[in-house]
Amino acid sequence: MAKVTSLNVNGKNLRTDVDSQTPLLQVLRDHLNLTGTKYGCGEARCGACTVLVDGQMMRSCVTPVGRVGGKPVTTIEGLEKDGKLDPLQEAFLKADALQCGYCTAGMIMSAKSLLNKISKPSREAIVKHMDANVCRCGTYARIVNAIEIAAGTAKEVA
Amino acid sequence: MNDDLELERYELFEGPAYQFNFNRRQFLKAFSGGIALIVPMSDLVARTLQQEQGESGSGRGNQRVPDEIGAWLHIDESGTVSVFTGKVELGQNIRTSLAQAVAEELHVPVTTVRMVMADTDLTPFDMGTFGSLTTPRMAPQLRKAAAAARETLISLAAEQWKVEPASVRIVNARFVNHDASKSLTLAEVAKGQKLVKTIPADVKVTAVSDWTIAGTSVPKVNGRDFVTGRHQYTTDMKREGMLFGRVIRPTAMESKLVSSDTKAAEAIPGVVVVRDGDFIGLAAPDQQTAVRAEKAIAVHWKAPGQPGNDELFEYLKKNSTVSSRGGGRPVGSIADGMAAADKKLSQTYTVAYIAHAPLEPRAAVAEWNDGKLTVWTGTQRPFGVRSELAEAFHLPEEKVRVIVPDTGSGYGGKHTGECAIEAARLARASGKPVKLVWTREEEFNWAYFRPAGVIEVSSGVKNDGTVTAWEFHNYNSGASAIQSKYDFPNQNIQFHNSKSPLRQGSYRGLAATANHFAREVHMDELAHLVNIDPVEFRLKNIKDARLKAVLEAAANAFGWGRKKKGCGIACGFEKGSYVATAAEISVDAKTGRVKIERAVASFECGAIVNKVHLHNQVEGAVVQAIGGALFENIQFKNGQILNGKFSQYRLPRFSDMPKLEIVLLDRKDLPSAGSGETPIVGLAPAVANAIFDATGKRQRSLPLSS
Repeated sequence: MAKVTSLNVNGKNLRTDVDSQTPLLQVLRDHLNLTGTKYGCGEARCGACTVLVDGQMMRSCVTPVGRVGGKPVTTIEGLEKDGKLDPLQEAFLKADALQCGYCTAGMIMSAKSLLNKISKPSREAIVKHMDANVCRCGTYARIVNAIEIAAGTAKEVA
Repeated sequence: MNDDLELERYELFEGPAYQFNFNRRQFLKAFSGGIALIVPMSDLVARTLQQEQGESGSGRGNQRVPDEIGAWLHIDESGTVSVFTGKVELGQNIRTSLAQAVAEELHVPVTTVRMVMADTDLTPFDMGTFGSLTTPRMAPQLRKAAAAARETLISLAAEQWKVEPASVRIVNARFVNHDASKSLTLAEVAKGQKLVKTIPADVKVTAVSDWTIAGTSVPKVNGRDFVTGRHQYTTDMKREGMLFGRVIRPTAMESKLVSSDTKAAEAIPGVVVVRDGDFIGLAAPDQQTAVRAEKAIAVHWKAPGQPGNDELFEYLKKNSTVSSRGGGRPVGSIADGMAAADKKLSQTYTVAYIAHAPLEPRAAVAEWNDGKLTVWTGTQRPFGVRSELAEAFHLPEEKVRVIVPDTGSGYGGKHTGECAIEAARLARASGKPVKLVWTREEEFNWAYFRPAGVIEVSSGVKNDGTVTAWEFHNYNSGASAIQSKYDFPNQNIQFHNSKSPLRQGSYRGLAATANHFAREVHMDELAHLVNIDPVEFRLKNIKDARLKAVLEAAANAFGWGRKKKGCGIACGFEKGSYVATAAEISVDAKTGRVKIERAVASFECGAIVNKVHLHNQVEGAVVQAIGGALFENIQFKNGQILNGKFSQYRLPRFSDMPKLEIVLLDRKDLPSAGSGETPIVGLAPAVANAIFDATGKRQRSLPLSS
């Protein structure tokens, strides 16, 4: 069976030794100790496992690690730079856009992917882009608000 | 079972209400120095006025509760303030709100208060985190403990300076004398002390109107850990040499194991297989190997035939018995009430089984060391799960430690310890720590559901809108909020136990959602029957000023007087708090799909402790309610769940969000009640009533359709 022996995660080349069919989520969490990325459903229907590959969102629970070999992967752990939070992380705190926090990493990574493509998305574009991410605590309005704060388009703070 | 503590049959599972293991003597042994204020258990379970009002008709006196420790606050010799409570953080932000209560009284920054929560070795016994009880019961007691600590510290500082205590104040976490010429830190006052006190009965807490920390929107205290992914949930934990567990599940509920062949799995290096009765599980060095081993196990189950959705409601009625709980004695005479009525109405309402679907599935990491079992697990009842583990492994409770990291939500769905027991069983067999994380499918199939139910309502009403008779029978879904704040002169309200085809248990708000749904839809039907506006009709039958206030607040904010077609409203009361919800819907002409366009929820739970977090809770409850109102419905047949995954079970998503307005009424003159549950109850009936307003078709089953 084909093996994957290194991964580029959060700007670092990390050694690993896993079957190429292993879901990226398991490699990140179990082998590389990057547990910020979560398991929620195993079928790309909740977004808790979202990471960026080449700057675009990917559901790591259904992505075989062999598909991302050599490409830059960014996880939630990669957003904070020298103790400074990413504007989206700051915005999630500011808008109190979480309760239990289990969906938060996936939400932030999905939002990051959107802002990488469109710097000032409309509210409709945010809702459409984020619709595959589930927050069971129901903080959707706050998450939309947080994304708008980060994008600089927020009209009001909740 | 202490009757005073029992909320309703679905709230608690079997197991004793108390497991006292932390008495004063043990506490003193563990206590190293500084100043400690003890909150006695009896103070925690004493009913607040709020609760007394909230649970009408119970008529039970306070039971004597042994003199045990319920929580404590400790200021050590370095000045660190620690609070020890068995409560669990699951996203409701009590880690923050309880710290606020303590910080307020001690006049210290919230960030300096260390909350030690939900660790059965470190924190005193707690029944569990449910029933919206943390805010009305735990918070006031911790506030008193902190106030007593403050007074003690002030006396000590005054003693040091040889001045009157009244001349000493705390400013910015420092003790200062009358002209601020001298000051001491918390550490300087606590140093060398070894003082343990029980909170005195007469301790004065800060008036709500003088709150500067409590009552403000303090951000989530450990929020940064969540937005950076640093917080370690149970699912994220790793222990030295840890294995990954899997449980081989039957193909249907109630199955018996006929045969199994585990040889091929056992032959895989590093794999440990456990076969114990009908339990088959395995532990492997990594998840990939665990899945491979699972596939290598051949197993044959036999399941009996079991009822499915199509016969559910008939089945629940057929298997019902009258419960002694809930409902209570009839008031007045239904016959007289019906005789006085101008119009009569009898209708049946149903609610489906729904799943909690917490985004973090059940998980546990279990580890055995020298006969002592430690389990990290996401549960709402750490001490209850400790009892389950002790029982399962025939251990004394002191040999079991349960630790609950801040957990990925529960909504009433994480009261039980099956995952903890499974992980511990695998850990014992393998001699290594084992992590078991349920898959989403396991979460749907092997946890428990919100009970389904049938509710029959018969009523009589006069043409002027006075309800004269109210007969209400709930089959299986539960007794929570079966009583209302309406002023019905003749009532007969009964809860009927039944045999549930599926495993059922607590769910956010318990049966308050089902009972409000039936009651508030029926009230809407009566309003239309006598041609009176639904808001006016309700107000005519309400004397309770607080219920009136939320209803009027919601109607005003919604613009009820100038509403368009497709609007509905509902109101209610449960667990010490009041809610009213108004909704505007649209129906897609082609698909018949109902969309909630706009909703207003007004909510009043006494004095507000943290406005932003309260707003967040109320909003979250309304959003969660969208699922139960419009889509969520467990499909099952012959012991199998037919839609047990996210691709088949529709949850509320971003695009389902209505334009949502939350109106919070702050009653500083009333004690604070919890808010995690009650705001969920109003949406479903409001939407059902809005569908009638839009289409003329009356919907009486949850989930609703057009």
